[in-house]
Amino acid sequence: MLAAEATAEVHASSGWFLEHAWVIPIIPAVAFALIIFFGKKMPMKGSEFGVASMLASLVLAVGAAWQWIQRVDGVAGAAHSAAEEGAHHAAPFVGPIIREWTWWQSGGFEFGIGQHIDGLALTLLVVVAFISSLVQIYSLEYLRGDRRYTHFFAALTLFSAGMLCMVLAPNMVQLILGWEIMGLCSFMLIGHWWEEEANSRAALKAFFTVRVGDMGLLIGTGILFFSANSWTQEHLGVSGFNISGLSAWAMSGAASQSALTWGAVALFVACIGKSGQFPLHTWLPDAMAGPTPVSSLLHSSTMVVAGVFLVGRLYPVFWEGMKIGDTNINFIVLIGGITIVIAALLAFVQHDIKKVLAYSTVSQLGYMMLGLGAGAWLPAIFHIFTHAFFKACLFLAAGSVSHSGSHHSFDMKKDMGGLAKKMPVTATTWIISTLALAGVFPLAGFFSKDEIIDNVGHNGYNAFMIVGLSGAFLTAAYMTRATYLTFFGEARGAAAGEHHDEHAAHDAHTDHGVHDAHVGHDTHAAHDDHDAHAAHGDHGPHESPKLITVPLMILAALALVAGLANATPFGSNWERFKKYVEPSSEYVVAESAVASGPGESIVLPAAEEGEKKEGCAVVAPEEGKVCYFPTVSHAKFKWSKAALSLVIVAFGLISSWLFCVQYYTRRNRRLVGLTERNVVLRGGYKVLWNKYYLDALYEKVIVRAVAYPISRAAYWFNQNVLDGIVNAAGKISRRVAGWVYRNIDQRVVDGAVNGSGAAARGTGGALRPVQSGKVNQYGALLFAAAAIGALILVIINT
Amino acid sequence: MLTAQFLLLGAVLFCIGVYGVLARKNAVMVLMSIELILNSVNLNLLAFSVRHGSVDGNTFALYIIAIAAAEVGVGLAMVLLIYRNRRTIALDDLSEMKG
Repeated sequence: MLAAEATAEVHASSGWFLEHAWVIPIIPAVAFALIIFFGKKMPMKGSEFGVASMLASLVLAVGAAWQWIQRVDGVAGAAHSAAEEGAHHAAPFVGPIIREWTWWQSGGFEFGIGQHIDGLALTLLVVVAFISSLVQIYSLEYLRGDRRYTHFFAALTLFSAGMLCMVLAPNMVQLILGWEIMGLCSFMLIGHWWEEEANSRAALKAFFTVRVGDMGLLIGTGILFFSANSWTQEHLGVSGFNISGLSAWAMSGAASQSALTWGAVALFVACIGKSGQFPLHTWLPDAMAGPTPVSSLLHSSTMVVAGVFLVGRLYPVFWEGMKIGDTNINFIVLIGGITIVIAALLAFVQHDIKKVLAYSTVSQLGYMMLGLGAGAWLPAIFHIFTHAFFKACLFLAAGSVSHSGSHHSFDMKKDMGGLAKKMPVTATTWIISTLALAGVFPLAGFFSKDEIIDNVGHNGYNAFMIVGLSGAFLTAAYMTRATYLTFFGEARGAAAGEHHDEHAAHDAHTDHGVHDAHVGHDTHAAHDDHDAHAAHGDHGPHESPKLITVPLMILAALALVAGLANATPFGSNWERFKKYVEPSSEYVVAESAVASGPGESIVLPAAEEGEKKEGCAVVAPEEGKVCYFPTVSHAKFKWSKAALSLVIVAFGLISSWLFCVQYYTRRNRRLVGLTERNVVLRGGYKVLWNKYYLDALYEKVIVRAVAYPISRAAYWFNQNVLDGIVNAAGKISRRVAGWVYRNIDQRVVDGAVNGSGAAARGTGGALRPVQSGKVNQYGALLFAAAAIGALILVIINT
Repeated sequence: MLTAQFLLLGAVLFCIGVYGVLARKNAVMVLMSIELILNSVNLNLLAFSVRHGSVDGNTFALYIIAIAAAEVGVGLAMVLLIYRNRRTIALDDLSEMKG
């Protein structure tokens, strides 16, 4: 335990941006209203409101993040100087900036609204505002001339408002508000092109599947509120909805274990639905029916991480409820692990480029859950941060391909291939992001994903470390397949410039080699041939305009360098994310944290003797103190461990590449019977090829004999069993609805409506003679009424 | 006391006005009667104002005069339009109701 007396007081700085972070979601909310009411009359059909509001939010979010860094630096600097006087070494507690106003009151309960700004909230605020801005700019071009252009921007802006509102929620009520706004916008945007039935079906499926999970959110919030309310009121003076209050309650040791467990399980069910975890992940790939910017913003980088965010936000509740610190298997880890593998296997059998990315997203969300469930809080949150950039980039690149390369098709096998030459910017950004996603060394994904895997093993979840590693292999492999099919190999269908005759033979250029340069050359020649004798040559694949490529380049640049924000391998000075985002697991004096105002004082705990063994989550805080975050341990980075995962990733990339070259080109060669072509390979490539020949064979056997049936079976299970359950629920609800229609709607409701109509008609008939149209008669009635009124007044007053 | 006489005059004017509104068939006459009613009320207000020695009643009466001017303007305009369309301003002929 700590020594009793405090040694130092630090003035924690605040600032305008931190104090007014609640403005950030208000800006897009106002912009939404402006777009809805005035959008159609504006010169840019309302999109200018959306883009401007997102840029404004971004500026505010960055300003707040900057001031937060000042704040943490100030406290840390003082703690450091105190440490030189022999005080203590752990990171001091930097209070979040919490402001709350009463939203409404009901039955003695007070529901607040406001802000809870700390490192986690700011990370998400900046990411959401940033990606939203880029996606809106991208959409200006991508959706130009769309039927419902204005409504698209309205929904996109409202979505951002909802997400920002959720991210800075100080209590569960505001969190649910933002969560549901996002659900609604997701529905509207997936079904944006609702004229096609498949799209509106996908929108409904997404909405209902997520709703199933949302029941858990309400139930979990209810359980936690009723269990925690009296404790939080007594100790912190806040309601049981308050996130700080719930965190402190969960760590206090006074909480009932069953309430914590069931509350955490119920909340996690909501996260399963929102974050596309097994078994409720089926909606996410279908959600790709929406426009690509939507997939990029909602269904990869921001909205679907809401579930992960919820777990990260209420981490003490999950930590205690799931016993994360004490076990080596729990609900969260299990679901995360299953999701990683199942989704990654499914990604192998997809023809649609966006579905590959969708399953990839599901799989990466599985990583985040795995990390959170295994106590790797920081790597998981950091993975949200890095994943947002490269996954948004991948989706936008896929959109760019369909926009300018494949004539609005997303089918990799039919309409893509060989696009690297024609769309160099798109291809480069895609490849950078693919490598980042796979976790290749200096790129963003490496620093987050490898940390998750490492920490999962470090915290004793050894079986799941292996799951994580195999997931890394699969990720590298399926992304290579998608890259090959889209950007390399021979051009097919629309990518070759064909729009009308899908099955035209490629007689002139069937002799493709496996060597990429060779393939590229052939394709190029084929394209020239095509242009020479095709009237619609200018409709062929070309690079996208600037409004599309510039966001791509920005995101790809971030996919390159974002990982350096927490580059563990380079030493603790590079762990900036850890310093500024991870909450401190210090014991805090009970009232100092929640009632924080501008520039409040933070009491630094006194020095301790020797190594600190116990901490929050290990030993319950003493009377008058609270904990806001469990003591998490961080794996020490070792290059030997990283090397293992890097080798696995490299193996995945290379073996998949060789397999793709072998498989997809060979099919082509069989057509003309040039099997020997394999042997005719040039120089270094031949060496490389022979060196990995066994690997390729192994890969072919494994993928053909094992992975394909498994992934097919998984897909079948997905389509038949899981969808069956959803469909059955739909049928039952239709029957119930029919009964309700016949009995309640027709008899009770319509009866009431008809009755009131008849009553109104009778009254009208009785009063009709009064309406004579004679002004004098009206006057007489008026004066008579006034006289009677006066008489009554006189009688009453006497 | 003078107040009583003022009030009496107001009441007489009011009754004349009510009679006019109820009995007259000519729309202009009805409007004039309404003016009488309004002015009888003004008279009451002024009488009480004098009696209590406060200016509230005066102010209020001024407002009523202004509003009455506006009202009679609108009323006369309507009468004029009715006359143009129908060549009559007899109120009994204006009704198109069936009841």
